[in-house]
Amino acid sequence: MPGPVRSSRPRNRRSSRTSETDVTTPSAQVELRERTGEDCISNNGFCPEWIVENFDRYVDPFFEHIFLTVVSVGIGFAIAFSLALLAHRLRWTFRPISGVTQVLYTVPSIAAFFLLQPYTGRGNLTAIVALVAYTLFILFANIMTGLDNVSRDVKDAGRGMGLTDRQLLWRVELPLALPEILAGLRIATTTTIGLATLAFFAGGGGLGALIEQQLFFKSNVVVAGGLAVLLAAVFDLLILGLQRIAMPWRRVALA
Amino acid sequence: MADAPGEGQGEEHVAADLEFRGVSKHYPGQDEPAIEDLSLTVSAGEICVLVGPSGCGKTTAMRLVNRMIEPSGGDILIDGVSVKDRSPSELRRHIGYAIQQVGLFPHASVAENIGTVPRLLGWDKQRISKRVDELLELVSLDPSQTRDRFPAQLSGGQRQRVGVARALAVDPPLLLMDEPFGAIDPINRERLQNEFLRLQGQIRKTVVFVTHDIDEAIKMGDRIAVLKKGGKLAQYAEPAELLTYPADKFVEDFVGSDRALKRLALQRVRDIDLWTVPTVRAGESTSEVQRKLADTDIDIPLLVDERGAPLGWLSARALSGERVQPDFRSDAAPVVDLDDVLRDALSNLLAHATQYAPVVDDQGAVAGVLSMEVVARFLKSASPGDARTGPELAAEESALEPHE
Repeated sequence: MPGPVRSSRPRNRRSSRTSETDVTTPSAQVELRERTGEDCISNNGFCPEWIVENFDRYVDPFFEHIFLTVVSVGIGFAIAFSLALLAHRLRWTFRPISGVTQVLYTVPSIAAFFLLQPYTGRGNLTAIVALVAYTLFILFANIMTGLDNVSRDVKDAGRGMGLTDRQLLWRVELPLALPEILAGLRIATTTTIGLATLAFFAGGGGLGALIEQQLFFKSNVVVAGGLAVLLAAVFDLLILGLQRIAMPWRRVALA
Repeated sequence: MADAPGEGQGEEHVAADLEFRGVSKHYPGQDEPAIEDLSLTVSAGEICVLVGPSGCGKTTAMRLVNRMIEPSGGDILIDGVSVKDRSPSELRRHIGYAIQQVGLFPHASVAENIGTVPRLLGWDKQRISKRVDELLELVSLDPSQTRDRFPAQLSGGQRQRVGVARALAVDPPLLLMDEPFGAIDPINRERLQNEFLRLQGQIRKTVVFVTHDIDEAIKMGDRIAVLKKGGKLAQYAEPAELLTYPADKFVEDFVGSDRALKRLALQRVRDIDLWTVPTVRAGESTSEVQRKLADTDIDIPLLVDERGAPLGWLSARALSGERVQPDFRSDAAPVVDLDDVLRDALSNLLAHATQYAPVVDDQGAVAGVLSMEVVARFLKSASPGDARTGPELAAEESALEPHE
């Protein structure tokens, strides 16, 4: 990682230096930059003009970030859900599964991004494998908690009326575990959005790459970081909304 | 499962015969069996109450019927068919199931809850919806107000009613109820019990009803099975017989020292032989009254109005002239109704510190006199001279079960 970025003027490393300066100097902007912008930029400050001008460069990483998050949480959920159903049916598998997911969760994330590279190479795959590993524990633990919290009486009544184990699971236990499952999904999604900012260590791109490139340029860090926070907030609200739609019975219970 | 007998047909049955045939249940690692050699028969349309102290296996016995628990030995027959011949889920769909905590699905509306089993049996939507409304009315709930609510929006009593409606959804011939009114306050419990008895009068299902409360057992049961620890059947009898002839010391203790009073709760005033009473109208000739007095059980004339309603007991002075003088009388209170429960009537006598009271019929006319003596005679007639005494029972008990 190059050091001199700190003192030099921020640039987009993806485009060549010369072409960038050439393209972005229409006379009006030069004037503006002379008055406020140039100063601000050379001070690594928070420069709205620069942000407006350079916003394009954040679009692709932003979508990369969404991609990493959605794919990782999606795969993580599929795996954790299957594991939870297994542990629910075969109680003895709970401890080993819980243990393994917990160990995965404790591996420092940066270490994981590097440790995986010999096997999965640099790129999205490594990033996704690591991110998936991190979601498993949260999702598994929450799905299990949700299933365990379903009242014994409700299950007893369901079985007593002739629901098969499978019907009981899909019609009673899972719907009633939904609050915990969605809570787990929210935590996992937020965590993944945060962790995905480190995915560039594995060559996975995302908003983290931009942050790292110009770590001391306030405008850049605020925009890239802000986008990550915004993303987390939007996903959180989406899942919350889903929760309200999916669980009308909970609204009345609380009302 | 689809080939099992009764699939899709269960809703057409009215009531089923139920038989426990030498059923036992041992849990591995436990010395004492949960159920030991239980044999009893419940006739179609009867309420059989399983009662006993906690740990006596009454709930276990009930859960054996729909295979929520599998027996270690013996068999259970419904209409002569072993429960083992049917798959558990198919069997359960044709047996109503109501438990103390109700266990309504919190995420499903009242209508969806009640429609659970009909849906499992593949009824079409219209039929389910019609049935839901019918059942809600049956358990005294307003369909339009209740059907779309969630369980959290209902009171405890309403939930219990929905639970009963859900158990009756496909009109099963057999109903299992595990302390269905146990978690309800006493006033509402009484109401729900009465409602269920009224309902049972219409639907006439075979019911296995579990409770730990002997009063509830006596009230609800056509027959009562008293179980003791280790799942042994101590006695299986009709309520009156249980109270009159407890089989052993255990049953006697379990039904309580007030079992004579409990028996009175089973009877109404109209069920027993009342005293005849000389009824007299104002202005009647005293000689006529004297003649009546000779023929009746009580020698105090009762003054009545034109319709025969009691006005008061006449004193000797009222008869001193040629005609009855209505002014010399004491109050007729308390007045007992023919439909009163004997225990309440007796309580009424005690409350007025009196030995006897006039009994009136539906029109308010005097039908006889209830006295302490009449009640005592009734109790005695129900338990004739050979009734065993406490010491005899104790001797019998210790001979049978030296360890308990």
